[in-house]
Amino acid sequence: MADYTEMWKSLGIDIKNHDALLAGLGKAYTDIFLSQKNRPEGMKYFDFVMSEVHGLRIKELIDAKAQGRKVIGSYCVFVPEELVLAVDGVAVGLCAGAELNFEAAEALLPRNTCSLIKSMFGFKLGKLCPYVESCDVIVGENTCDGKKKAYEIFRPLVKDLYVMDLPQTKSETGRLVLKEEYRKFIAKLEKESGKKITVQSLKKAIDIVNAKRKAMIRLSAIRAADPAPISGLDALLINQVFFHDDPVRFTDSVNKLCDELEQRVKDHKGVFPKGTTRIIVSGCPMAVPNWKLPLLIETSNAVIVGEESCVGERGTRWLTEAKGNTVEELLDAITNRYFNVDCAVFTPNPSRVDYVKEMTKKLHADGVIHYSLQFCQPYIIESGPVEKELEKSHIPTLRLETDYSQEDAGQLKTRIEAFNERLKRK
Amino acid sequence: MRYAGIDIGSRTIKLAVLENGKLVFSRKSVTSHNPLEIARDLMEGTAFDRITATGYGRHLIKGHLDCPVISEITAFVQGSRFFSDDFESILDIGGQDTKAISLDKGGNLCKFEMNDRCAAGTGRFLEVMAAVLGFTLEEFSAAALSAKKAEKINSMCTVFAESEVVSHISQGADRNEVALGIHKGIISRSAGLLNRVAPAGKIFFAGGVALNNCARTLLENETGRPVFVPPDPQIVGAVGAALNASENT
Repeated sequence: MADYTEMWKSLGIDIKNHDALLAGLGKAYTDIFLSQKNRPEGMKYFDFVMSEVHGLRIKELIDAKAQGRKVIGSYCVFVPEELVLAVDGVAVGLCAGAELNFEAAEALLPRNTCSLIKSMFGFKLGKLCPYVESCDVIVGENTCDGKKKAYEIFRPLVKDLYVMDLPQTKSETGRLVLKEEYRKFIAKLEKESGKKITVQSLKKAIDIVNAKRKAMIRLSAIRAADPAPISGLDALLINQVFFHDDPVRFTDSVNKLCDELEQRVKDHKGVFPKGTTRIIVSGCPMAVPNWKLPLLIETSNAVIVGEESCVGERGTRWLTEAKGNTVEELLDAITNRYFNVDCAVFTPNPSRVDYVKEMTKKLHADGVIHYSLQFCQPYIIESGPVEKELEKSHIPTLRLETDYSQEDAGQLKTRIEAFNERLKRK
Repeated sequence: MRYAGIDIGSRTIKLAVLENGKLVFSRKSVTSHNPLEIARDLMEGTAFDRITATGYGRHLIKGHLDCPVISEITAFVQGSRFFSDDFESILDIGGQDTKAISLDKGGNLCKFEMNDRCAAGTGRFLEVMAAVLGFTLEEFSAAALSAKKAEKINSMCTVFAESEVVSHISQGADRNEVALGIHKGIISRSAGLLNRVAPAGKIFFAGGVALNNCARTLLENETGRPVFVPPDPQIVGAVGAALNASENT
């Protein structure tokens, strides 16, 4: 990696602590990812992206800014990348997946706040995320109560926080709320960028994001094969990179990887032996570098074949219908696409468990591990009914609740191993 | 063939040996700061053809002894059926964790729940509380059984409960009634865990806490369900591991 110290300094990054973060991240990446056996060649691109995650990609953002493009950061799959691209902006997902600087976060937030929110504050307060520091606008969203209230405290910490409201029911009123919020977001983007969204620019943006999602849908479908052609850890990593890489380059890289994986499937080659216990992970998002649970699962004689999560199918599985001759019609199409997202903040939210069942069938999974972040009320509360419904449909389910710390790794491993033993004896 | 199982628990390490389907040998030792050495001591002079490890330290031994490992949950399911086949659920209260397990009609693992990451309401909790009250573990259980009523103990956190107990004593509460209150607290918490996964049927009670007569009586009263305690409830996991060793060919 080149020397990016000057670039980081210009962004106000805390160099000493950031160096320590990168060293830790590099070691974790080597131990967790590079040590896997039979990895596809196509993962080399993602290894490279990760090795340059705070380097080359940040340089690209700075270069884009120099060309007058705006960098728009967000923490949620409800923020439409299409709208950002339509004003020639760059959309990036922001860092919230590591237990960093929680002491500082806890000075502003209650201790009983989920790790994701604490991490978002930890990165910002510690000046450790060059993405946050590169953003012209950070977009918050009223999903859960935790995030909603945390953004109020976050606002004075950043240059420009824009918060969009979100509906909580899948009603016609809810759809209208979402559409009007997206309309306001367009106005904000147009003001910031000085560019007007046109039918042409929006259609082009929709095509770019659709192509990216199509590549992910293709990847998901390939994972139905046994032996699994790719590990769950690698697939999760790709889902994480989805949020901050250049969309066109990312799409090409995923498609190239899929070509290789399809050949692997034809050759009956995989990363784990045929017949390995197959797991679907469902629940809260796993933001980079949160690899804790997948690592525990895949070192316990099982392979993850799908993620029903915002960093996973909840973020990728729907496309936007690029039909319409006016911006208004295209806005409707975008609203309809995002209104499908079955986040647990919606009440009721029956399509989520239906889709977990569908995934289990499609991907030939043996069981589901439901992952909740501690203090994430929507997912924790929903996990009970989800478990009941899945077990009723003869899908063995294990509910886990954890955070970003490593202190419960032993207990989690015992539960996961026991669950896998249950699945094997089926 | 002799099959051994070793259960490396957080407080106690247990070894069991089966031959011709019979339990021929078992031995226990306190885990200490060096579980590996204790495990070696336990196995010394014991002949066996195959061994399986389980318990909190199962992966620890794996690097030193080339043997299969199984989770405690599976070990308890297998081990309990060695002692009885007349039960629908298992409650194991060990040194640092509590497991509630339900079985399907075929006696296979169905659902399970464990206490969360701290040792609240486990065997270690009882040990600490007995020490606070100045009892040995045997005296502690007998004292609790002798009490007519219980002092309510609200906290199951070892740290908070200790100050609660101290404050009861300083206010002149009866030591035996405090002892009963502590037992009631731990059993009602464990029964809650059990009811979540297995709301009905006979309970197989295992782990070190099953040695405690007061805990056993309270479990029956609290759940209104029959409770079976094997002759040595501490070795159930080790026996399960030994059975697993006999299955692996």
